[in-house]
Amino acid sequence: MKAVVWQGVNRVSVETVPDPQILQPTDAIVRVTKTAICGSDLHLLDGYVPSMVHGDIVGHEFMGEVVEVGSEVRKVKVGDRVIVPFPIACGKCWYCQKGLTSLCDNSNPNPGLAEKFWGYSPAGLYGYSHITGGYAGGQAQFARTVYADANLFKVPDGLTDEQVLFLTDIFPTGFMGAENCQIEPGDVVAVFGAGPVGLFGIASAFLLGAERVIAIDRFPERLEMARTYGAETINYEEENVFELLKEMTGGRGPDSVMDAVGLEAQAHGLLGVADAVKQTTRVLESDRPHALRAAIMACRKGGTVSVPGVYGGLADKIPLGAFMNKGLTMKTGQTHVHRYLDRLTGYIQRGEIDPTRIITHRLTLDEAPHAYHIFKHKHDGCIKCVLDPWADPKDHEPTPAPQPQG
Amino acid sequence: MTRKDYEERPQSGRNSSPAERVLFGSIGAGLIALSLGQRGQVGTLLATGGALLVAGAAMGQGLGETVTGVRRTEDDQIKVEKAITVGMGADELYTFWRNFENLPRFMDHLESVKVQDGDGQRSHWVAKAPAGTSVEWDAEITADEPGRRIAWRSLEGATVPNEGAVEFRPAPGDRGTEIHVSLTYRPPGGTLGATVARLLGEDPNVQIEHDLRRLKRLLEVGHIPTTEGQSSGRKGALKAEARMYDNRRTS
Ligand SMILES: [Zn+2]
Ligand SMILES: [Zn+2]
Repeated sequence: MKAVVWQGVNRVSVETVPDPQILQPTDAIVRVTKTAICGSDLHLLDGYVPSMVHGDIVGHEFMGEVVEVGSEVRKVKVGDRVIVPFPIACGKCWYCQKGLTSLCDNSNPNPGLAEKFWGYSPAGLYGYSHITGGYAGGQAQFARTVYADANLFKVPDGLTDEQVLFLTDIFPTGFMGAENCQIEPGDVVAVFGAGPVGLFGIASAFLLGAERVIAIDRFPERLEMARTYGAETINYEEENVFELLKEMTGGRGPDSVMDAVGLEAQAHGLLGVADAVKQTTRVLESDRPHALRAAIMACRKGGTVSVPGVYGGLADKIPLGAFMNKGLTMKTGQTHVHRYLDRLTGYIQRGEIDPTRIITHRLTLDEAPHAYHIFKHKHDGCIKCVLDPWADPKDHEPTPAPQPQG
Repeated sequence: MTRKDYEERPQSGRNSSPAERVLFGSIGAGLIALSLGQRGQVGTLLATGGALLVAGAAMGQGLGETVTGVRRTEDDQIKVEKAITVGMGADELYTFWRNFENLPRFMDHLESVKVQDGDGQRSHWVAKAPAGTSVEWDAEITADEPGRRIAWRSLEGATVPNEGAVEFRPAPGDRGTEIHVSLTYRPPGGTLGATVARLLGEDPNVQIEHDLRRLKRLLEVGHIPTTEGQSSGRKGALKAEARMYDNRRTS
């Protein structure tokens, strides 16, 4: 089969690899019909997630049709159309039973490595380095999925692939980001980063009762998209974000602030440069926490900072004084995708949200390196790429050669 | 473990001194610096090793213990204590463990345990030893409190004299049962022998931790997750790189 393979920093390629097989009786093989590139895949591309190995198949947003099941799979059948949540739940441990599926005790085959970095091991993730299990990902024509009964969700009839694909990650991630904002009626929510997760965070904040949402980014097409979701916008390259947020909220500050950016935030000024320099060593600082710093500073007294953005290791100069003296709460986490699926599918079925609106590019699997490039550099107005592993490249317009880095 | 046990336990050196942490952290940083000049897998390995050392330094893990992983009792025996919480009742867990023949199902280094005829107090144990050899001994049960605790010790003539105990304690809330295991043994060649064994990848501390995790996964899920045999774009030498990260082989 064809698969997108990590080949080192800034290198992904599409290669022919062996088809996946059932390795354990609770496995199922899915013929992938749609897969997407996520912002957190860029952290892999850029080499900030430790323990990637050359040849790893990447991709954690994917869906398809079940073509084979192991002998102990009961609920899932060959022919089912399913989505595959990116965190892997065993379905049996205390965390899974509490709906905290991204913290599953049992699904990471390499827990020792995660424990070295983080103290305890969270769930295994598809296509996301060996620290989260080393599972092959779903940017491929087929994927091995594990604990099928606990992890594969049947797509309701009448919904298209594109309508449900983002239920695997970014829609629940944005939703949990908004839920972690602890929104109360009348609240104003600020969202740093109007990428795919930020956009779903904006839409979800409104669904959860926010009165106003303010989105902060620097790319005009993202800010424009945020406005279509009902947000007011700030371009941080043109405005003083802190001052403007304060003014827009009558001097109070936003009731909650979401960091939907994560470890590769862009920043200006000395701290930004210092972070970037330290981060290139991958060890003096593994994360560039500029958005997190700004979120803590901007949040009103007694407010909540929600962090759906991905962080991997150590970050420097977090304003803990502001955090403590203002009495803030921080809520974070990889998304417990499973617990949100019924509710979010309902929003889609009732037409209360249209997830397909964020798709700007539809490409073939063979075009994945190009897709990574335009997504990373925000070329061509790229907000979200969806890949079709079975489309014939000849059906598509030839794509322009990748431009030089920068 | 009782309060008294805890107080009597000799200092393990788990928390390193500031100087040690700086030294330790700089070894990590040094590896990272080296890795920047390397391309490909050597660089990745050095960088990851460095990152792990730095993480260790940040968490205050001692250099001595991290390198040797060995804790000694006062009479120069080796003592390992580990705990895990399993989402099942104490009685079920006790029953599973009390049938010693189940132990090799999750204890990777045990080849077999045979309960001997008679009153079931004696058993014969066979463990895998380095370089494809094996070690055998007889053991007897020294305490048996159904649903709570089992203790055992090796009989005269064991190559590696050892004793152990497992306790099952109800965890708070609906969290299941805490399994606390303690093992004491005197390896051939004393601490040095254990240190060497540790460097060869035979550390009892790590082993017991992995064993308990396998037990939890076996009982909670029915099997132990694996990526062994999954597809990848790896060829030849790169497979070794994946093995550095994975407890199990990835091909
Ligand atoms: Zn993602
Ligand atoms: Zn679980």
